[in-house]
Amino acid sequence: MDEHSLLASFESTIGRHERIEPRDWMPEGYRKTVVRQVAQHAHSEIIGMQPEGQWIGRAPSLRRKAILLAKVQDEAGHGLYLYSACETLGVSRAELTEMLIEGRQKYSSIFNYPALSYADVGTIGWLVDGAAICNQVPLCRTSYGPYGRSMIRICKEESFHQRQGFELLATMMRGTDEQRAMVQESVDRFWWPALMMFGPPDDDSPNTAQSMAWGIKRNTNDDLRQRMVDMTVPQAAVLGVTLPDPDLKWNEERQSYDFGAPDWDEFKAVISGNGPCNTQRIAHRRRAHEDGAWVREAALAFARRSNEESHE
Amino acid sequence: MSEAVSGEWPLYEVFVRGKRGLNHVHVGSLHAADDEMAIRHARDVYTRRNEGVSIWVVRSSDVTASSPDEKDPLFAPSGDKVYRHPTFYEIPDNVPHM
Repeated sequence: MDEHSLLASFESTIGRHERIEPRDWMPEGYRKTVVRQVAQHAHSEIIGMQPEGQWIGRAPSLRRKAILLAKVQDEAGHGLYLYSACETLGVSRAELTEMLIEGRQKYSSIFNYPALSYADVGTIGWLVDGAAICNQVPLCRTSYGPYGRSMIRICKEESFHQRQGFELLATMMRGTDEQRAMVQESVDRFWWPALMMFGPPDDDSPNTAQSMAWGIKRNTNDDLRQRMVDMTVPQAAVLGVTLPDPDLKWNEERQSYDFGAPDWDEFKAVISGNGPCNTQRIAHRRRAHEDGAWVREAALAFARRSNEESHE
Repeated sequence: MSEAVSGEWPLYEVFVRGKRGLNHVHVGSLHAADDEMAIRHARDVYTRRNEGVSIWVVRSSDVTASSPDEKDPLFAPSGDKVYRHPTFYEIPDNVPHM
């Protein structure tokens, strides 16, 4: 088949809302876009272990410690599902890790903010995982098969993450004035960065149109951001916290909340490497990778020797 | 072996039997130095919530697959044997349990 009929068959598969699978022919641009998006998503899960991971040893009870440990382990698992989806497109795990630690591929801007108080563990679960769910549920129907299947597994597990966060905050809100203040301070710090997780506004998002035409993305950044705001406002009311946006109000006509614009200059600074923790996050990941090199080599050497012995 | 050059652990495909009575189903892949480690990793990565009662792992390089280009000739014989499908047979509405 020539390139023209291959493209026609690819586009008719997309048009029927069927999935593209690893061994199918696909345009180079499609492959690159999926690799970029899935890799960025995988890196986010892996880097995302860091802000909360540092609270495991300081969790206030055995129950909270066990929950947090399970949650951080899930993030690692999510990263591994996504790396394996990405590798079906012919990129190796080693290359992906290298591109992350050399700064050639990005991860979500949110993980460049520090988790300063224990309440942040709850806020990250409630708002950050809440935003992730908004983003990920439609991705279960993304056009690239392995990516969609990873997203289905991830979404099943993500709901626990959000609920444990909300429950943690609700428990603190029933505590002392000091605890309530700690929750409010945490929500104030995370609200805008959580809304930035959906990416730049639609009129400044050059890749969105093509990604939607290919069925890789299912909704625009602004649509998802609106969905997040509409879901979160009533939850905040139940929790008894305020959201730090003076423009936030119900719009009867649109049957949706109006809200202010995040600080896009801050967003650009964070994704281009100048957020509060960018250097620290990558340095930590690089150290873990380099410190693990001897384990990877030793396991390979052991496997090779066992293999030789069994053939003698 | 290519992994000896790159130093990367080989890739394994993972299949999980969800419960007794079901087939093993492909769930994804992972890297491991050998078969035993692949099973351990598969347990941690793919069955953290009782998703399975049995795991198979197989080196990805040992999987032989039909190529998508062969789709038509390879699967065509099933296309003209519609009598293999139950809907081929017309059964009156008043016949129960069929």
